[in-house]
Amino acid sequence: MTERDMLTATGLAKRYHGDWALRDCSLSIPEGRVVALVGPNGAGKTTLLHLAVGLLEPTRGRIGVLGKPVGRALRNVAFLAQEKPLYPGFTVADMLRFGRHLNPRWDKAFAERRLAELGIPAKRKTGRLSGGQQAQLALTLAIAKRPQLLVLDEPLANLDPLARHEVMTGLMTAVAERELSVVLSSHVVADLTDTCDWLIVLNRGAVQVNGDIDDLTDRHRVLSCPAGSVPSVADRFTVVEQGAAEGQTSLLVRAEGQAVFDPQWPVRSPGLEELVLAYLRRPEAAVLPRPALSAATR
Amino acid sequence: MIDFRLDRGSGVATYLQLVHQVKSALRLGTLSPGDRLPTAKEVVEKLAINPNTVLKAYRELEREGLVSGRPGLGTFVERTLGGAAFADHARLRGELARWLRSAHAAGLDDEDVRALFESVTGAAGDVKGAAG
Repeated sequence: MTERDMLTATGLAKRYHGDWALRDCSLSIPEGRVVALVGPNGAGKTTLLHLAVGLLEPTRGRIGVLGKPVGRALRNVAFLAQEKPLYPGFTVADMLRFGRHLNPRWDKAFAERRLAELGIPAKRKTGRLSGGQQAQLALTLAIAKRPQLLVLDEPLANLDPLARHEVMTGLMTAVAERELSVVLSSHVVADLTDTCDWLIVLNRGAVQVNGDIDDLTDRHRVLSCPAGSVPSVADRFTVVEQGAAEGQTSLLVRAEGQAVFDPQWPVRSPGLEELVLAYLRRPEAAVLPRPALSAATR
Repeated sequence: MIDFRLDRGSGVATYLQLVHQVKSALRLGTLSPGDRLPTAKEVVEKLAINPNTVLKAYRELEREGLVSGRPGLGTFVERTLGGAAFADHARLRGELARWLRSAHAAGLDDEDVRALFESVTGAAGDVKGAAG
């Protein structure tokens, strides 16, 4: 695969009616990643996704996908909006014909095979499918466009746990079969563990965390130590979160490079959810790529 | 073929769980040289994990010389792990099962057995370390 970015943003900002939905957002994500875009409601997730697929124009700054300005890459981008783009009066077969009509590179064999495997009847009206089947149909239509970048806004919202697992399996299988980059937003972080490999945390319109997930968990530690030792830890490391229990203080710290702690203290790597929550509770803390990485992308 | 499972609450990185399961299968002889590991797609279809995680586990196994990837064909086991010949496994397993029955008869539960086993293997490690 060529070395290009699936998504780049430089000083990107978007204002609606005088309010900044997105402020000074700069990002650079290599192709082939499965990116989790997380953050509380109103953090700017949908705004960023809409800018990436050309549904919105930036107020300031630039955004590009697949190494090109958004407008010139759109034929290689598929977008799955939160409100699934299905016409309730259309049958499944109608939706497939519609997709083929609109997309010159339509993968008809794939779409038919996948729906048959999922047991979604071609003659059923889309409005009469279950929530999970609608999500699977919408995902099938998006993948059948043969995109290089697939953007999904809350693809798992309103689905039961089984349907969430099945949609994620479908998405991961598509990533394994095709050279596909994915960005998906969610506010349920547990669904993203093991499926996404890159994390962006948006908070109040700003990028708070951006990086490879394994790298991020490597760079953080959760430890518990006596309350009296907290200042010495805080001297050496950035304390992202601090909590107290039974005379011990538990800390989530950012520990770049060789982090050595008192061997008596229990130390472990944080889980993805733990890391996200710790940052969301401290909107002023940020972790962005290492200086060497951001320098290389300039 | 090896059937991967995930323990999502374990706190062990997913790719490491896959690495450990392959190594364990090599030690037990359920995987042997020439066997093919499942493709990333086969693993993904079962576990709904990122295919890059599977590839990362296979790269780690390849780095350790345990498997090798053959373009277009798949990833194959190169060598086994574990010192003792598999022929000895059956005998050792039988002895261990007999020992376990006598431990249960003496009133030890599984956790007692595990603690005892770990204390003995730990002590054996100390002896080995002291001798070396």
